[in-house]
Amino acid sequence: MKAGVNMETIYDLLVLGGGPAGLAAGMYGARARMKTAIIEKGRPGGQAATTWDLENYPGFGRGTTGPGLTQAMADHAQSFGAEFIKDSIVSLDLKSFPKKVIGKKGEYLGKALVYALGAEPRMLKVPGEGKLRGKGVSYCATCDADLFEELEVAVVGSGDAAIEEAEYLSKFADQVSIIVIHEEGKVDANQVSFERAQQNPKIKWIWNSIVKNVNGDELVESITLKNIQTGEESDYLVNGVFIFIGTAPLTEFLPPEVQLNQQGYILTDEKMATSLEGLFAAGDVRAKYLRQVVTAASDGAIAAVAAEKYVHETELWEKEVINSKKPVLVAYYNPTDMSGTEKIGLVDRFVRANNERFSLVKVDATRNELVGRRYNITLDQLPKLHVFFNGEIKHEAAEINENNLTAINNLF
Amino acid sequence: MIEVNKENFENEVLGASGVVMVDWWGPKCERCLELMPHVEELAHKYQDQIKFCSVDTSGNRRLAISQKVLGLPAILFYKDGQKIDELSGQEIAPEDIEAKLKQYAK
Repeated sequence: MKAGVNMETIYDLLVLGGGPAGLAAGMYGARARMKTAIIEKGRPGGQAATTWDLENYPGFGRGTTGPGLTQAMADHAQSFGAEFIKDSIVSLDLKSFPKKVIGKKGEYLGKALVYALGAEPRMLKVPGEGKLRGKGVSYCATCDADLFEELEVAVVGSGDAAIEEAEYLSKFADQVSIIVIHEEGKVDANQVSFERAQQNPKIKWIWNSIVKNVNGDELVESITLKNIQTGEESDYLVNGVFIFIGTAPLTEFLPPEVQLNQQGYILTDEKMATSLEGLFAAGDVRAKYLRQVVTAASDGAIAAVAAEKYVHETELWEKEVINSKKPVLVAYYNPTDMSGTEKIGLVDRFVRANNERFSLVKVDATRNELVGRRYNITLDQLPKLHVFFNGEIKHEAAEINENNLTAINNLF
Repeated sequence: MIEVNKENFENEVLGASGVVMVDWWGPKCERCLELMPHVEELAHKYQDQIKFCSVDTSGNRRLAISQKVLGLPAILFYKDGQKIDELSGQEIAPEDIEAKLKQYAK
């Protein structure tokens, strides 16, 4: 771990966040020989490191722990050369190239960014919750469960996290009451976990109910429950309340150009690309169907591979087109379209005949995403020709023929 | 840093004169483990003014509850045997701890 403050270093890939998504992205990036760094404010592992029993990562069954698995992921990334930078992010400058990450300890430059800051537990937002946090109110069973040995606790929520953490808590607490908003027998968790929890004699179910208040002076003494069918309110004695009602994505550092869904998660395409060029998103912070360690790792792998392609295409484009001293004819084509590729031959001969004055870059528009995206090249208008000079499009030819080439010859 | 448990807490913390800082942690608490090297650094820096203790809550659960610790990490400050301040129930940053230490190190 080091606090990088070296402005000279430009990373190919900067990964923000050291959870499973970030660690997988770091591993893939470093293994592809990109200069890669993972910026994480604390210890690597993310939310997964706060789950003790983790038995659904393929190949790693019963006995696997969240801290253990994520530590192995961190070691794996490091073994391929990914650097770990321990810093808290303050702000991002995403419009420049390379992009800049401003941290508390330093500033870091990256040609591509994978944003994998994840999500944090959502709060109930009821009276007493904030005041009694750490005094019986908890969002992390792994951290606090053993303090509740011989005591009684409530778990709020009915998703995978709620049911599975209730199971974990039952190893310590005398009784675990799960407060479920739905009618009897209905939970949001997977059926396997639900059935197992139903067999657990220490787990008690309270249906149709929400928490209105967390009560207690110095420590949690009770919660006020409201039955949403009858409207009846009652105090329920517990020593602790564990809240697992979902998560909220950490997107506070993103500019408005980055599109989010209605719930605030980052929208990406299937290559994890966000609406901002060179910014990829991975893991829980992304709008997706299933938020698990395995899907976070998958996102990270895809994001790193897509980022690598982006960096490669950007650098090539800079070198051959943007920084060219001569006017550059850029011919976009579709390799499966025969008549189109023949027309590219025309451009080829033209440039060869005038090679002191022009250079040629052929772009397979079916593969090069960067160019397609930057210059709105759609596959139905191929082949197509642009003339770039001093980094800008100076001329466009929708048709490739002798007449248009002659016109270019006269223009430049 | 003095490793304190249910047997010697009374003596080392409540019976001590002056300011004592107690770091409550547990082996499964990732945040605690993350904080620990920083705490040790601070303990070294302020060793002349403040007494530093740590309690592994696994095995000292009743002691933790007696001190109203029901969430980790928790940093408690005592003066002449009385609890005077605490950091808990939030993300505790090393800077937060140092700010308290500066306040009590006089």
